[in-house]
Amino acid sequence: MYNASLLRVALIYVATRAVAEDVVQETWIGVLNGIDRFEGRSSLKTWIFRILTNIAKTRGQRERRTVPFSALERPDAVPEAAVDADRFLPPDHERWPGHWASRPEPWPEERLLAAETRAVVERAIDELPPAQRAVISLRDIEGWSSDEARNALGISETNQRVLLHRARSKVRQALEDYLTEAM
Amino acid sequence: MSASIEQLSCQELVELVTDYLEGALPERERDSFEHHIEGCKGCHEYVRQMRETIELTGTLAPADISPEAEAALLSAFRDWTSR
Repeated sequence: MYNASLLRVALIYVATRAVAEDVVQETWIGVLNGIDRFEGRSSLKTWIFRILTNIAKTRGQRERRTVPFSALERPDAVPEAAVDADRFLPPDHERWPGHWASRPEPWPEERLLAAETRAVVERAIDELPPAQRAVISLRDIEGWSSDEARNALGISETNQRVLLHRARSKVRQALEDYLTEAM
Repeated sequence: MSASIEQLSCQELVELVTDYLEGALPERERDSFEHHIEGCKGCHEYVRQMRETIELTGTLAPADISPEAEAALLSAFRDWTSR
């Protein structure tokens, strides 16, 4: 049921898809073995993800992967703009500082529905840093609430929102690049 | 930051879109956000594109686990149930 989400979250902590699949498998075994101890104090989903993140963290450490915890816990440490600064008028502009220099143009409705456009979205998500990819996957692909997503990842509401913002901004930019190049 | 609330620039607005869509903006900032997009064609379009992006992302099928991993999982499950 949650396999796709579990995989994406595992990939925050381990380097390869193969190892992430191992982690997911171990998680289900852990769930089966531990279900008697599940006390129903958290939701089953949250409990399963807690088992997953514990296993994934251990595996990640064993692989000696430098886990980008800072990406989860301090996403603000590295600033990132949603839109390139050169799309805006400079801050010292006499009339319109920070206003659009090159405005976004409406996207052609019929192309939005094309399979190639969806492929652009998929590729953009694949290229995101792992923490951003996990958040946008849980929220926008799986349709989880922000509480569910931040509980599964063990992060604050604010950090969840920062990661989601960056992820969505990049996907929008990828769509804009694709949909306007042929116009 | 709050000093410039009345003159929220487009460059500032694009950084608030997710807070806005998540309902996380304080009332005053939300008002100035909405006021801005009513009068600014570029930002109005930007917010629309963010909504379209979210909608489009929602149409992606959740990626599936590989058949090998699924087989391994099923066999682990069978071992467990036959214990």
